[in-house]
Amino acid sequence: MQRWGRQQRGQRWGRDAVTIALGAVLVASLASACGSSDTSGEVTLLTHDSFALPDSVIADFEKQSGLTLKIAKSGDAGQLASTISLTPGRPKADAVYGIDNTFASRPVSANALEAYRSPALTGGAQEYSLTGAAKDQLTPVDRGDVCINVDTAWFAQRNIPAPTSVNDLTDPRYKGETVVMDPATSSPGMGFLLATIAQFPADWQNYWRAMRTNDVSVEAGWDTGYNQQFSGGEGKGPKPIVVSYASSPAANPATKALLDSCFRQVEYVGVLRGAANTEGAKKLVDFMLGEQVQQALPDSMYVYPVRDNTPLPESWAKNAPLPESTVELSAASIAKNRESWQQQWRTIMGR
Amino acid sequence: MGAIVVVPLLFLGVFFVWPVGALIRRAFDVSDGAGLGALLARTDAWGLLGFTLAQAAGSTVVALLVAAPIVWLVAVAAPRWSTALMVLVTVPFVLPTVVVGMAFRALLGRGGPLAGLGWDGSVWSILAAHAFLNVAVIVRVVGSVWRTMDPRAEQAARTLGATPWRAFRTVVLPRLAAPVLASSALVFLFCASSFGVVLILGNGRWQTLETAIYTQAIGYFDIPAAVALSMVQIVLVVIVVGAARVLTPRTEAVAARSAVPTPLAGLRAVGAAGATVWAVVLLVGPLAVVALRSVRPTSGGSVTDLDSWTLSGYRSLTESVNGETPLQTLQYSAISALWATVLAMTVGLLGALALARSRGAVATVGAGLALLPLGVSAVTVGFGYLVVLASLPAEVAAWPGVVPAVQALIAAPIVIRIIAPALAAVPTSLRHAAASLGASPWRVWRTVDLPLIWRSLGVATAFAFIIALGEFGATGFVARPGTTTLPVLIGSALNRPGADSLATAMACSMLLIAATAVVVVIMESLRGVEGSEF
Repeated sequence: MQRWGRQQRGQRWGRDAVTIALGAVLVASLASACGSSDTSGEVTLLTHDSFALPDSVIADFEKQSGLTLKIAKSGDAGQLASTISLTPGRPKADAVYGIDNTFASRPVSANALEAYRSPALTGGAQEYSLTGAAKDQLTPVDRGDVCINVDTAWFAQRNIPAPTSVNDLTDPRYKGETVVMDPATSSPGMGFLLATIAQFPADWQNYWRAMRTNDVSVEAGWDTGYNQQFSGGEGKGPKPIVVSYASSPAANPATKALLDSCFRQVEYVGVLRGAANTEGAKKLVDFMLGEQVQQALPDSMYVYPVRDNTPLPESWAKNAPLPESTVELSAASIAKNRESWQQQWRTIMGR
Repeated sequence: MGAIVVVPLLFLGVFFVWPVGALIRRAFDVSDGAGLGALLARTDAWGLLGFTLAQAAGSTVVALLVAAPIVWLVAVAAPRWSTALMVLVTVPFVLPTVVVGMAFRALLGRGGPLAGLGWDGSVWSILAAHAFLNVAVIVRVVGSVWRTMDPRAEQAARTLGATPWRAFRTVVLPRLAAPVLASSALVFLFCASSFGVVLILGNGRWQTLETAIYTQAIGYFDIPAAVALSMVQIVLVVIVVGAARVLTPRTEAVAARSAVPTPLAGLRAVGAAGATVWAVVLLVGPLAVVALRSVRPTSGGSVTDLDSWTLSGYRSLTESVNGETPLQTLQYSAISALWATVLAMTVGLLGALALARSRGAVATVGAGLALLPLGVSAVTVGFGYLVVLASLPAEVAAWPGVVPAVQALIAAPIVIRIIAPALAAVPTSLRHAAASLGASPWRVWRTVDLPLIWRSLGVATAFAFIIALGEFGATGFVARPGTTTLPVLIGSALNRPGADSLATAMACSMLLIAATAVVVVIMESLRGVEGSEF
């Protein structure tokens, strides 16, 4: 009897809890449903997951333009490019930011963008424009250079000279010390493959064969490669040489980027064809080239501004200089060969 | 009765068949006449299928082996401990896979505590991570059946002279066959369609159908190839669900009775201590790595170096990114998950009712349909939504319910898995008795069924909520402004250099772990010791 009574009480308590929980669900649902759905005076930016700008900069845009900025995130740069290319003319946002030169041809050939020549495209920024028909469809905002990073402290400790060029990485002296990323799953991985293709146009496959012989490790993503395998990253991993960006040493000053063969990745902003607020999208494009955004880029997104004479943070000026020259491939050539290059790379690397 | 069948079918039709169908149609529009056979050959579909099956089978076996001692412990431990174990095994189930991947790399990689195993970059690391994630499924399903099994049959066998092992083998084991098969099928499905774990631990060298679909769709923007692979995956899911259904013996529809646990003594006590250590090391180990990294992002160097310890990750929980702090992100995630829970519970409850009332082939097809959304690639579902939403008026496409609907689609199959067996266990004679006394069908349901299944409803609600909270594969494709979820935030913090970013990612993971643990604790206290099939 006693046991039965206790169970009854337990059951009643449980049933009350379910009722309360369901009630809470209902209240929360109603509360969230009361948000405004007025879309006039709004501009929506579709971007990748890594997008970040300081609140003050966003507030200034809203004050200047009288528009509310809404941000929607859609995966990584590749997913973003695919997302807008799948539905040209029927976009779910007004503007897109974060398409880079390795993916630019995808939305351009899908006819997902509207041409717009921003009056703010001056001060050196115009140098980064795409060529041909794509010229005005995407407006450059920032650049990030994919470069080999070395942990100088690691080499100093062992009294070994650190490598100074990508050619050194095939030297048996550095056997087993390099981490690269799979170009199929990582955008810096793709950047470095493109860097080697641009550097050794006729001979890049041999370069990678030599890399494989030299026991290079391949990671699926930058986060595991840099944060866990690289000795200069926060994980203090085992490998002192890694594919990363020219800007990475700003965060880890004991490391250095090899500036001899960096692949230049440029990120663009564009107006989406069929946008609900085309004028707002154009204002956003202009704003991304403005002084405030340009100055905020290094700290917020770890990329360099495209506009000349934008002051860099102190640690950047000191530890993360821009490469003087970079290797480049046209977006059209990347689009045409991306898949076959990746396949060839996979074959060489035995993956 | 009409609404019971129509609502779930309508939901499945609108939120699953329509988008996936639209993507398939589009794929054939742009495939330049390449037939399915050519597409499959080009993408090495059969090789991918082989590896997918092999790793899923391997992962399931490892999960069963790993879970076995914990299942036994759940069955014999005092209620308090068994509840604690249930909470412990359930938290990993909903961790973001990027975090699980990072934790296993840290454990197995060079310099990690388990580096000696040499598993880093091998298939073993994938199997281990899958087992860690899915132990919950086996422990929950098998453990609770075992726990509530009538002990008298086993006692009778012992009285008649059977050894403990013989009594276990001839009496207990046959009754566990059904839950073991059912949970194995579910684990197999989860492992066959897992993405993040294979990507991070397989390191690009090991490819499954799911990762190949992603590479084709996102890497090459080859939608026809991605869709062709996706169709192979759909067929695979249908076959697995059908096979599980045919192979699984019907569960005896008896109302569960609570067992009074016998005190643990002698060898059993030693075994229990061993199983406890096993469970704690296995389940807490990877979580401890995340916790440690959240306060000490640098893993090398001297531990006594005070500079390497930091609370910056936790401080950043209140720091704004794009006008939103991680805590507000959790709040959005929670509200969206609540909506998804309401939807998933509505559809799932009606679906379970429909399944409970159908028999034979209809029931098999229904069970297959119910599980299908679990096995389909997030890319396929996500792209399907993009295609469909673009064809709708902007007002409909901008409906804030789209994100919760996608999450509900993933959660509803689990809801059905939990509620259907509870409904099946309601004695039909009780319903008949009530009806013959003049009760209306609604009154029968309210006075007979509901009091017997309400605990299962509570468990299903909690599961729907935590699945929606952790889902991000499909959600990422339909994201709208202000819909940053916690897993997305973790991913983006992991992709920035510097100790602070890593600490932020790990602190956000701890936030997700804590939120999940709270929900699981509430769920377990509701569930008590009553049996359930999940």
